Amino acid sequence: MMRIPCIVCGLRDENEFTCGGTSHLVRPAIDASDRDWAEYLFFRDNPKGLHHERWRHTQGCGQWFNLVRHTLTHEILTVYAMTESPPR
Amino acid sequence: MRNHYSAWSLLRGALTGHRHWSPAWPEAKPKPAYDVIVVGGGGHGLATAYYLAKNHRITNVAVLERGWIGGGNTGRNTTIVRSNYLYPESSRLYDFSLKLYEGLSAELNFNIMLSQRGLVLLAHSRHDLDAMSRWANAMRMNGIDADLLSREEVASLVPGLDMSPGARVPVLGGFTQRRAGTARHDAVAWGYARAASQLGVDIIQNCEVTGFTQQAGHVVGVETNLGSIRAGRVGIAAAGHSSVLAGLAGFRLPVTSYGLQALVSEPLKPLLDTVVLSPGTGAYLSQSDKGELVIGAMLDLFPSYAQRGSFAITQSILAGVLALFPAYARLKMLRQWAGIVDVVHDSSPIIGRTPVPGLYINCGWGTGGFKGIPVGGWTLAHALATGENHPLAEPFQLERFQTGRLVDEAAASGIAH
Repeated sequence: MMRIPCIVCGLRDENEFTCGGTSHLVRPAIDASDRDWAEYLFFRDNPKGLHHERWRHTQGCGQWFNLVRHTLTHEILTVYAMTESPPR
Repeated sequence: MRNHYSAWSLLRGALTGHRHWSPAWPEAKPKPAYDVIVVGGGGHGLATAYYLAKNHRITNVAVLERGWIGGGNTGRNTTIVRSNYLYPESSRLYDFSLKLYEGLSAELNFNIMLSQRGLVLLAHSRHDLDAMSRWANAMRMNGIDADLLSREEVASLVPGLDMSPGARVPVLGGFTQRRAGTARHDAVAWGYARAASQLGVDIIQNCEVTGFTQQAGHVVGVETNLGSIRAGRVGIAAAGHSSVLAGLAGFRLPVTSYGLQALVSEPLKPLLDTVVLSPGTGAYLSQSDKGELVIGAMLDLFPSYAQRGSFAITQSILAGVLALFPAYARLKMLRQWAGIVDVVHDSSPIIGRTPVPGLYINCGWGTGGFKGIPVGGWTLAHALATGENHPLAEPFQLERFQTGRLVDEAAASGIAH
């Protein structure tokens, strides 16, 4: 079981959380092409390695936050707020 | 000459000390060039190679496998075959696959131990009953066997279910596809590998593709840890690692990789002779010929390439199984693992061209790849041989994510996504 550092509550068990998928996707303009909409809605990098992703502490404080997590080792490198830009 | 497997060859072996058996297929070293290279030596890749040779007479083919044959999802699934899907497009695809499975042992001269013991889906609420009526009726409209079951019929098909008034998860009824069942997953990989190899296909293990050679935008070969290999066309059948390979070729897929876990118990005497699926609890189980209960779980719902599965899901799935079958409470689990599945938004596969000319793909089967092995191989082989989509695969192209014509099988895929 992963232990996930909630940005408010600190380290908690994985089953208190919900993963919201990839962070920092930018919604295209309303007149974007079908191709751009498809890219935004469905196509993903799906990296084997570091992934920027959103999590919500659903069974705790209810807050959304961002993680940088390794998808093979599940190691969590960074936690940062929803409004922050991704760490370099 | 390879051995032909038969009762006669067993008898002959019994009289001569079983010294006449040869390896099921020979080790192969990569040649400098092939007509077709298939990347991925699981069931789908091996079936692709077999049908290239069998249906299209293309035998100058190599299957490249990073690890060992059938060591990925082909050896990690819960061995269930079924075709209980909702839409006509999927029904055609999956039932074609089940029909190929029905003749596969004879076709491959390899006993895949297909056991059409039936699949029972459990309804736990009025809403489940309504949804399953719709589902079973849709199947019958598509020409696939399905029967609605009363509560009493479920109880007689599935002994051990908690049918008491105070049951935590009440069972109100369900439906069955009697032609569904299980098959031995390793045998499917080995059977296809042996049959493909007999037709001239090279099966190359421990060969990892590290890049695609391109000329003027066309794929003309692959780079591997064993050197460069040229190819007329290249097919990818890599399940959860499809995105990684697509990345090497320079495009993206509408795929997210998740761990899907399963576990097996210690062996028991025969007690369950059907496959039980409870969409409400996310649990599904059957009993293997060795007597182990084979238990499948819902997805670990976060992106992952780790083939182990999280303890949180193990706990919740076992809780679901025990709510259904309280008598299993003292069973010990022997093994637990996960396979990395390639989930797309409509839970339907992608079989056909990629944005890179010369490169074809079979992916997106998500949680249901094992049952699709024969048809996945059949249709990818068609695309690789002819450059055209197979009619069965026409609705399952990458373009559907742009046109919006999705084939949304999220419910019929059987596992909450």
